[in-house]
Amino acid sequence: MIKYLSEYRDPVNAKKILAQIRKVVTRPWVIMEVCGGQTHAIVRSGMDQALPAEIDLVHGPGCPVCVTPLETIDRALAIAAKPEVIFCSFGDMLRVPGSGKDLLTVRSAGGDVRIVYSPLEALELARQNPERQVVFLAIGFETTAPGNAMAIVQAEREGLHNFSELACHVLVPPAITALLGSPENRVQGYLAAGHVCTVMGLTEYEEISRRYKVPIVATGLEPNDILEGLLMLVRQLEAGRFEVENQYKRSVRHQGNVLARQMVSEVFEVVDQKWRGIGELPASGLRIRQRFAVFDAARKFGCESLQVEESKICISGVVLQGLKKPGDCPAFGRECKPEHPLGATMVSGEGACSAYYKYKLPIILSV
Amino acid sequence: MCLAVPGKVIEIFEEAGLKMGRLDYGGTVNKVCLEYVPEIELGQYTVVHAGFALSVIDEEEAQKSFEAWREFKESAARAGMDVFGKPL
Ligand code: SF4
Repeated sequence: MIKYLSEYRDPVNAKKILAQIRKVVTRPWVIMEVCGGQTHAIVRSGMDQALPAEIDLVHGPGCPVCVTPLETIDRALAIAAKPEVIFCSFGDMLRVPGSGKDLLTVRSAGGDVRIVYSPLEALELARQNPERQVVFLAIGFETTAPGNAMAIVQAEREGLHNFSELACHVLVPPAITALLGSPENRVQGYLAAGHVCTVMGLTEYEEISRRYKVPIVATGLEPNDILEGLLMLVRQLEAGRFEVENQYKRSVRHQGNVLARQMVSEVFEVVDQKWRGIGELPASGLRIRQRFAVFDAARKFGCESLQVEESKICISGVVLQGLKKPGDCPAFGRECKPEHPLGATMVSGEGACSAYYKYKLPIILSV
Repeated sequence: MCLAVPGKVIEIFEEAGLKMGRLDYGGTVNKVCLEYVPEIELGQYTVVHAGFALSVIDEEEAQKSFEAWREFKESAARAGMDVFGKPL
């Protein structure tokens, strides 16, 4: 076990932080954790049960797999089915349902679909297979954009014109802004995803915090990070403060990772972006710039408009906005299970429905 | 997609003009790109996303929270309970 891990998972530490939260809290507060990784850590550790009843944790839209729009999935399926294509994706995209099928179905029908852990692996495949087209499904938040940008710049350097990315990046601050601006908003404080802040820094959150008078704490992903982030947030809420604080100081610097941010803005430009289940949010996505058009799979393979169809029962849209919890969905654990998911929130390792299915199914189905 | 666990740099090398490294995650070794953390040195810890190291873990900051927790730990252990009120 590496030295950094054990302390951040130590239940004795957790208990102590919980006791401090109990001491500080006097009124009910609604708090959103934005990041799906945090949602899983919370549900898995049972932290939501252990917290004082005053704290209502709602789960946010921070699962890139879940919010990748259906059109992008359907486009990925169409490209992956082409005989000249080697289609590369992170593993958790393989079972995300498009309108009709998923990438696994395309693979069993003969499509060359491969799992990679890094866009550089896809680049390596492009070097080894000059006669094939290698397409990487470049999805994610601000955390994956730097790597995906680097792969494109490297492909250009090496003249690897058989490499391209089907890019669909989403940005966290515009989503938080949209949620805060909604008349249905109940959330009073945010745990911001520490890893997104590691790349982007804190300045965008400072603006949001000032504008909406809402406290935001950049928080790590380990259970005790989350508890500490909650403590900092509750302290602010109880004192009527609204500031941006940094719980995850060991990784988050105020300006973020400047080199990574520069590379992202060299390759991508900010555009309006559709979020699955939520709809189009202004300036909330990244598109490959015209200058790198040869590495843009959407341009290379055409963007014919697709007829997309969502499941009629799935309420993942409101789950992603923190308005409902997975247990409120009539299909949860019945028609919708990880083996045959109706929505992306049931597939992804960061989706709220899959977290509830893994750790809370018996409790929910028994009520 | 988001890996919470930091890895320890055990090797640094160049590949196709990029600064690369091998990270140790408590026994599992992975190859990652170090271009975004050019200052990183052998033995340091880093947070990685999809094959790219994005920050060097600040040892001093990490140490600070450990010290606070060590104190917590001792006093909580005296109470002899775990998170859910069960005896240790
Ligand atoms: S349980 Fe399934 S159907 Fe219901 S919201 Fe979640 S993904 Fe959609």
